[in-house]
Amino acid sequence: MSSPRAISNIGTGLDVERIRADFPILRTSVHGKPLVYFDNAASAQKPQAVIDAIAHCYAHEYANIHRGVHYLSESLTGRYEAVRERIARFVNAPSAKEIVFTRGTTEAINLVAHSFLRPRLKAGDEILITAMEHHSNIVPWQMLCEETGAELRVVPISNAGELDLEAYERLLSDRTKLVGVVHVSNALGTVNPVKAMIELAHARGVPVLVDGAQSVPHVRVDVQALDADFFAFSGHKLYGPTGIGVLYGKLRHLQEMRPYQGGGDMIKYVTFAKTEYADPPQRFEAGTPHIVGVIGLGAAIDYVESVGLEAIAAHEDALLQYATERLLEVDGVRVIGTAVAKAGVLSFLMKQAHPHDIGTILDQEGVALRTGHHCAQPVMDRFCIPATARASFAMYNTFEEVDVFVRALEKVNRLFG
Amino acid sequence: MSGLRELYQEVILDHNRNPRNFRRIEGASHHAHGHNPLCGDKVEVFLVVEDGVVADVAFEGDGCAISTASASLMTEQLRGKSLAEAQALFDQFHDLLTGGAEPAKDLGKLGVLAGVREFPTRVKCATLPWHTLQAALRRQPDATTE
Repeated sequence: MSSPRAISNIGTGLDVERIRADFPILRTSVHGKPLVYFDNAASAQKPQAVIDAIAHCYAHEYANIHRGVHYLSESLTGRYEAVRERIARFVNAPSAKEIVFTRGTTEAINLVAHSFLRPRLKAGDEILITAMEHHSNIVPWQMLCEETGAELRVVPISNAGELDLEAYERLLSDRTKLVGVVHVSNALGTVNPVKAMIELAHARGVPVLVDGAQSVPHVRVDVQALDADFFAFSGHKLYGPTGIGVLYGKLRHLQEMRPYQGGGDMIKYVTFAKTEYADPPQRFEAGTPHIVGVIGLGAAIDYVESVGLEAIAAHEDALLQYATERLLEVDGVRVIGTAVAKAGVLSFLMKQAHPHDIGTILDQEGVALRTGHHCAQPVMDRFCIPATARASFAMYNTFEEVDVFVRALEKVNRLFG
Repeated sequence: MSGLRELYQEVILDHNRNPRNFRRIEGASHHAHGHNPLCGDKVEVFLVVEDGVVADVAFEGDGCAISTASASLMTEQLRGKSLAEAQALFDQFHDLLTGGAEPAKDLGKLGVLAGVREFPTRVKCATLPWHTLQAALRRQPDATTE
């Protein structure tokens, strides 16, 4: 076994102590113990820069945006649209017109289901997803299938939690109207080969939606290099506010798509006889948007880029590797999800204790982790388990915290052994 | 650790390790499935009711220590009870966990589950088998904690 010191010394170029100072919640105690926050795959904590940007916006910059002729409205509209440009650069989208603000990944997927796929789907068509999707990338498609008589097909996964790419190729057919695939699995941590999958789909003329909720905080995303038709992600897993997310869509798709919701801000011209819809992205942003959420998301992306996504990824990979090694030293532990390519997520079971009991006992030690099915019940069914315990890592986590976590698991064994 | 010891008392750990009446009853007169959608815990409760009395009761399932022990203790307490007594036991247990009542004498060993009150996220683990029992007695096929 490697000592914690030895691994710390690998040096990922990240000044974790300085980063931790930027996150006020990390100074919190839980049940008298320092907080060890390992529930980042559910939602990441917020740096002071994001909290300040939100407070400053409400205190000094706030007004409704678009169409205002007064100073505050015009100024905030500029900042809001500048975040759109920022996000386009962040994921390397060709144009900010391809960045649609949504409430989160879930709404982004529902938008594609309603506005892109629904009008072109008929009985006998197929939607292809994978066995490791989050419920948000299953249920919207199931709802379309119920409506239209189309069929949902599922790419199986191996015991390690890796996609069966041969089965994927076989399942792609003339009937396939869309592929929906998760970039990084929230339940298993698997990083899927989405670039290769998109190439295979495009060879058959099939568009692909990538669920990037879990990947964007850990992996550099380049939507042009991937050639993704749609790419969805959430702000709150990227150290930004809740209630704001992003749909990237190729402009030629967005231009052909019907609106998602009707209302203000998404029109060019309205009479009772006819309404002419606005161009993308406004066409998909009816009503007053989550303005301050967008400002907060912009601050979050600035923060992540100032730290450096590549350095963050290297640090999290080292943490994941160390945590996996340490975890396997604990008696009775079984890791669920042992793919070669993994990011940020460590799902596991203990022989003696149910995940729910593990979660309660670790909470008493100040360690926050998630237990349950992680909104991926088909993954649990695939492994014939009801639930897992899941530790997930972020830029501010440390090797010492992993040691606290492992000692807490040994406590579980003492209590239940 | 003191709160944890309250929660995971020896009786609970014992019933988790060696659940009593953990089996199916073929030809049960009453039967229901219980499901906690939050954590995925599942339990099935079987009863044989003869002349208004619980002649046999058993359960199967896959759950945490709290739900397994609660189900196991429940089956121990129910055997030989009339349906009215079973309902009274349900009410007393429910009050204990959700109403803050002191353990009633009739609850017997079930009183050890009072520690769950200090862990609000775990109350539904303890009540799931009981809601499943009630569904079975009312001839409803399913119970959930929602």
